[in-house]
Amino acid sequence: MSVTVRTFAKLADAASALSSERNARFLAGGTLVMRALNEADPSIEAIVRSTDPSFSTIAVSSGRIELGAGVTMAAILAERDLGFLHPVARAVGGPAVREAATVGGNLFAPSPYGDFAAALLALDATVMLAGSLGQREAPLEEFLGRRERNTSVVASVVFKRPPADAFRFVKVTRVHPKGVAVLSISAQLPLASGRLAGARIAYGAMSRTPVRAKAAERALEGRSLDAAGIAPALAGAADGTAPVDDAIASAWWRREILPVHLRRLLLGAGHA
Amino acid sequence: MKTPVQFRLNGEEVAAFADSGANLLDVLRESVGDLSVKGGCWQGTCGTCTVLIDGAPRLSCITLAESCAGKSIETVAGLRRGADLHPLQSAFMERFAAQCGYCTPGMLMAAKALLDRNPSPSREEVVDAICGNICRCTGYEPIIAAVLDAARGDSRRRA
Repeated sequence: MSVTVRTFAKLADAASALSSERNARFLAGGTLVMRALNEADPSIEAIVRSTDPSFSTIAVSSGRIELGAGVTMAAILAERDLGFLHPVARAVGGPAVREAATVGGNLFAPSPYGDFAAALLALDATVMLAGSLGQREAPLEEFLGRRERNTSVVASVVFKRPPADAFRFVKVTRVHPKGVAVLSISAQLPLASGRLAGARIAYGAMSRTPVRAKAAERALEGRSLDAAGIAPALAGAADGTAPVDDAIASAWWRREILPVHLRRLLLGAGHA
Repeated sequence: MKTPVQFRLNGEEVAAFADSGANLLDVLRESVGDLSVKGGCWQGTCGTCTVLIDGAPRLSCITLAESCAGKSIETVAGLRRGADLHPLQSAFMERFAAQCGYCTPGMLMAAKALLDRNPSPSREEVVDAICGNICRCTGYEPIIAAVLDAARGDSRRRA
């Protein structure tokens, strides 16, 4: 099968082409689209890509972080200022996958993949989109809810740097050191006078797309990070999730172990 | 539609015509004739097609060939130095680290990427370096031992 490949120096031009080409897909790192091409996916007639340097740029300031959608997991691991995201980036595939897998691509990764997108959800990230009508932005949660209908190019994601030591991540796998997620949990746990204020928790592989644990977040508000303080959050840990049965785990198993791993994460206990 | 692609392969300039949208693995094997790189899954899952692109490990089956224009690509065919095997190849032989051989090209290149960057890796670092490469024979222990042997051998030669 042969497809048309169009490469643009400017992301805006790539965005215009994506919306005008028939059955076009945007190619970033290739972990999703090249796989589809290798399987002769008949829905892909054109590939659009961009060599725009902004697409692969990491901009870190004291309070704001912007990751170009073409930034790879390897690039994140090489950026000392993004140390809190290193465990998440390291959880994505082996070294060769991390050299290819991008921030933007992870937003489209089907469950049980997409652990980085779940981390971005816990960071309250905003998605910057380039489309045929110009740039616009959307909260990540909203974007994930309609990603199958997306016709724009994800240009970057933007989020506030979490307070020191407030971000936590765990990926639960059956195979070590590297396996596909049974589930992953990302949490931003800001404390004010020893009490949680505005906690954000997101799960990977617990729904069709990464999903916020809003019931658990509400239950944690104003509570302390101890066994008594987190008990209500654990009771509602699986509220709002819709895990599926797949080759990695059953939906039942995912729901059963979720509170166990959430408890360990919140209490800061180590994960084996 | 064919697209011209030019890159350096194991230190030599090569040019090929690739089908538009073709992956690097197919172009290396079918257009360039480098049969040292092997295909396993064509899904980016097994790691056997690992090559180095500008020194970094990449899965050639999910790499768009035309994105490699102007880049430097290394495959197992370029490991040998004249009549001598690369220390990793020798160590794999001595440790019997290649059983069925399915994973060996990818394992060697993943290990080379590690040793080029980190000549004295720990066992944990070796395990991480090959964690994206699947051995169907589950012969990971001899592979890990071979990579550590090769690293120690290189260290002795440098000293």
